[in-house]
Amino acid sequence: MTYMLGQQQLDAIEEVLLHDLFDVGMDCIFLIDMAGNVIANLDNGEIKHDIYSLAALAAGNFAAVSTMAEIVGEHEFSLLFHKGEKESIHFSRVASDFLLITIFGKGISLGFLRLKVAEATEKIKRILEPSVVR
Amino acid sequence: MAFVNTKNREIQAKIVYYGPGRGGKTTNLEYLYNKFKARVKTELVTIKTHGDRTLFFDFFPFDVGTINGYDVKIQLYTVPGQVKYDATRRLVLRGVDGIVFVADSMSVRREKNVLSLRNLQKNLKTFNRSIFKVPIVLQYNKKDLAEQGIPLLPLQTLEKDLNSQLRAPTFEASALTGLNVVPTMKKIISITVASLFKELK
Repeated sequence: MTYMLGQQQLDAIEEVLLHDLFDVGMDCIFLIDMAGNVIANLDNGEIKHDIYSLAALAAGNFAAVSTMAEIVGEHEFSLLFHKGEKESIHFSRVASDFLLITIFGKGISLGFLRLKVAEATEKIKRILEPSVVR
Repeated sequence: MAFVNTKNREIQAKIVYYGPGRGGKTTNLEYLYNKFKARVKTELVTIKTHGDRTLFFDFFPFDVGTINGYDVKIQLYTVPGQVKYDATRRLVLRGVDGIVFVADSMSVRREKNVLSLRNLQKNLKTFNRSIFKVPIVLQYNKKDLAEQGIPLLPLQTLEKDLNSQLRAPTFEASALTGLNVVPTMKKIISITVASLFKELK
């Protein structure tokens, strides 16, 4: 089970991450798949997060929360977000197999973030649709 | 679910160390991490219980280098071995590209090995995967215990119990001393990468 993304798709994804999320003030954004692979990532260069470890943990965390939702009879928990003192982290599922993760500081309100993430998620979904999944 | 990035010419794949509890999966990863620390450049991620047992997984990314013009990055994971953590074991298995089954060579663990292998087969089925089609290597761990006079299962018994149908490559190993830990990893990487390239053709 391998999938492939081409240059055009990856450029288009990076464009969405840049314009819809990074340019409006998010600190670090990355798109991963549910196996924990990193598809695209963007940050402000100031914070050097270990993206591969974050991706592995985020995929595991998201999968664990989804299973918890199933156990309590929910299809999914729509808001998945962890608040920190300086940085917070927000997770949003894209189609069935991908996850958009946004790290943002105190200057961004959660409502604004959710609005921008929802827009970006729709755009990325359309870009990923024709991707080869074997 | 390996990801092929044609823009950066990079392949990311996931290898999971599976097996019964206290069999040495985490010790394998710890040995590899310490051995290749300079190349890994990130911390070894571990999610453990207070009793030091794996609760969710251990993880580190391993950069294999360039193969067929692609930069190959392998994500190494372990699962929790304890029977009660089946739900989390299944989560870690999602999107797996290659498996190392770490069996415990101690005679008293014979049944636990068989049950864990069956559990792997069952969990792969939930993702519509067949144990006979996923690249797999068997590691018969804890060979060092023979020196302490602890009864171990003979190779023929382990092969009969675990590998009579799979016919996978096997290694007699000691994760504690490092015996055959690196060859096990090299073997699973080589068969996983070969299988990925075959799929891509």
